[in-house]
Amino acid sequence: MTATVAAGARPGTSRPLAGTGILLRFALRRDRVMIPVWVAVNALMVLSMPGTLEGLYGTAAERAGLVRQMETNSSLRAMVGPLFDDGLGALTAWRVGVYAAALAAVTSLLVVVRHTRDEEESGRQEVVASGMVGRRASLTAALLAAGAANAALALVVTAGLAGLGAAGAVAFGLGVAGVGMLFATMAAIAAQLTESARLARGLTAGVLGGAFVLRAAGDSATADGSSVLTWLSPLGWLENLRPFAGERWWVLGLLAGAAVAQGAVAFLLAGRRDLGMSFLPTRPGPAAGRLATAGALAWRLQRGAVAGWSAGFLLAGLVYGGMTEGAADLVGDNEQARGIIERMGGQAAISDAFVSAMIGMLGLVAALHVVSSVLRLSGEETSGRAEPVLAGAVGRLRWAAGHLVVAFGGAALVMLLAGAGFAAGHGRDAGAILGACLVQVPAVWVVGGVAVLLHGLLPRAAAAAWAVAGAVLLLGWVGPALDVPQAVLDVSPFGHLPKLPGGEMRWPPVLVLLLIAGVLVAVGLAGLRRRDMST
Amino acid sequence: MTKAISVSGLHKSFGRTHALDGLDLEVEVGEVHGFLGPNGAGKSTTIRVLLGLLRGDSGAAQVLGRDPWKDAVEAHRRIAYVPGDVSLWRNLSGGEVIDLYGRLRGGLDRARRAELVELFELDPTKKGRTYSKGNRQKVALVAAFASDVDLLILDEPTSGLDPLMEEVFQRCVAEERERGRTVLLSSHILSEVEELCDRVSIIRGGRTVESGSLADLRHLTRTSVSAELAGAPGRLADLPGVHGLDVRGHRVRLQVDTEGLDAVLRSLSASGVRSLTTTPPTLEELFLRHYQAGGAPAEEVAAR
Repeated sequence: MTATVAAGARPGTSRPLAGTGILLRFALRRDRVMIPVWVAVNALMVLSMPGTLEGLYGTAAERAGLVRQMETNSSLRAMVGPLFDDGLGALTAWRVGVYAAALAAVTSLLVVVRHTRDEEESGRQEVVASGMVGRRASLTAALLAAGAANAALALVVTAGLAGLGAAGAVAFGLGVAGVGMLFATMAAIAAQLTESARLARGLTAGVLGGAFVLRAAGDSATADGSSVLTWLSPLGWLENLRPFAGERWWVLGLLAGAAVAQGAVAFLLAGRRDLGMSFLPTRPGPAAGRLATAGALAWRLQRGAVAGWSAGFLLAGLVYGGMTEGAADLVGDNEQARGIIERMGGQAAISDAFVSAMIGMLGLVAALHVVSSVLRLSGEETSGRAEPVLAGAVGRLRWAAGHLVVAFGGAALVMLLAGAGFAAGHGRDAGAILGACLVQVPAVWVVGGVAVLLHGLLPRAAAAAWAVAGAVLLLGWVGPALDVPQAVLDVSPFGHLPKLPGGEMRWPPVLVLLLIAGVLVAVGLAGLRRRDMST
Repeated sequence: MTKAISVSGLHKSFGRTHALDGLDLEVEVGEVHGFLGPNGAGKSTTIRVLLGLLRGDSGAAQVLGRDPWKDAVEAHRRIAYVPGDVSLWRNLSGGEVIDLYGRLRGGLDRARRAELVELFELDPTKKGRTYSKGNRQKVALVAAFASDVDLLILDEPTSGLDPLMEEVFQRCVAEERERGRTVLLSSHILSEVEELCDRVSIIRGGRTVESGSLADLRHLTRTSVSAELAGAPGRLADLPGVHGLDVRGHRVRLQVDTEGLDAVLRSLSASGVRSLTTTPPTLEELFLRHYQAGGAPAEEVAAR
């Protein structure tokens, strides 16, 4: 028999990587738009930073003052981390490093899950795997695709920042890409453990959110990033790499080592499990069900996600609330600190400004939740699962309303829980904090309304709602620091919200946003009623 | 009594593709109606228009006396639908989905549900992800047959079922007819349609090319005759409607149009019949004639 084995194949080996090259090319072809866009947005965000910072902190004295501020003010550190040097390079890495790394992490986890668990869940992998494709080829191709994206990002960022110091630029570029790969391999493990791509993405993104909060908590506790909490967070590793401020190269080794270790675990798991299955066996369900309406079905399908987001927001609120304590005492009424915080999107009095900036950040993240929740409609429709439901005595509006109540109600719920956590962590001003959280909700709903509108009028472009949420998120996070023209900032619904607590409550913008959200939803639903269902 | 389904001159385009090009369909109350056509003929598009999932560009359609687009919800209360490709929620069990579908229609007969789960040998506790294609289909079929409705719309419902389950399915459809329910059965399994359907409509390229009872349609096709005679056969080739005549000594094989059958039999018995086999026209033949590419199927067959 061995004589008939094709040339090049050794008998007795399963060739686990066979076909990787073809699959990689295929993956890059499928992502030919997505990866370049992500890399370009990320690089643009980083590379526009030095010029802006130079305009804000032109003199050495101003920059030295900024460093002193960061050393003494724990709340400011919680927002962006400690500043280790007064050079323009260090300032850039300090201001944008966490966001660039987070964005790279999101790109990486999406790419990896898309080419692994997503393919298995949809059943497409079955035909692919029946070809001359090794058991670990898909995972390898997915990781290589993510690697290519991160390598491209590292290259562009390093080249763009090289003028500020070659060593620092290399460290920063590799650090950001390293965090990206860390989350790529983490997503690879999640994709082996869960049966649903949604859950794999959710788990990995949850870890990313945790890393965000841990770093903030650690940095608020210590001035030099040495807290255990900071070290628990991969985003804290990037900060401790100290690009442009006496680079600690060994931290790169830490990133690489962790990524390789996680990759190895994923590979081990991938070789040992059945296609389409996970390590967590599916338990049998009830033989009879109580679901009776489209609304109940929508809640049943989304309740897990709502619970996850709720827990995350509650925890984030608790941690941030706990960190708010020292702010006012330390800084008092310092002009410069106020200036810094205003550029973070906050408002005058220090502790209020901190709370306001943090709540604003949570509001932006809630916009992601509302989009993912609204787009369930799109997922149900294109998968064909909506068809039998709509063939029942269920109007389209009732079907859509079920999901929209969960989406819009869920957005309000998570902000309320964030406020409750914040108030509990902070220990006072509960009313003001809850109010500040709830005032975010209309802006979140406007983003949700855009998703409804897209699904109703342009069902094939419904996923563009993610781009809208992403743009709003970026504008909110780095827009104020980048001196983006006000006209552009005004595009984001969040830019119009009153800055609470501390600022003055102004009802007109809030009511106008509510009205806009209502109109968007109404037009979207009207479109849904008129159009053909996609099949 | 109004018709259960009545469609006339229905058009539907997707961009430049004309999926439906003036389709007509009449389904009487209480009948099992076969809806036949090759892949891409427009069967599923028609069904989706009947369910109000798509909106016809022009032409008229009524389901249970209602406009399927404007009156979708009320019409659906009396309709059970089984799609050709059933997609289930991964984290809901089959039982939960059956009950959900039932409640979204006119309600569910518990006893009938239990009986059907038994008949189809379905494990209702399994989750959506773990069902095979055939079992996903059974989930939708059990929900449809147990629902309290007047009209069942089944879109190639047996494509994933094994022969034993197909038999169960056929029994269920026969029972539905006995209860006076209307069934629209889209299929390309001919034996199934022949077995079950009172009337059939054959569509092709978005148009109805034939419609009527099986008896009506059979006059369009030929009976195969094969006989062994005592003497030499008469001048069979001169009789009208005879095709594919093949005489070998005293053995005769031929096909004859239904109108010519009588004359052929007289001629044969004049020669003395030792044995005679006649095969009625199958739907298969009907089907083949209509599906042949090109505009004039009858001539092509005759030319063989």
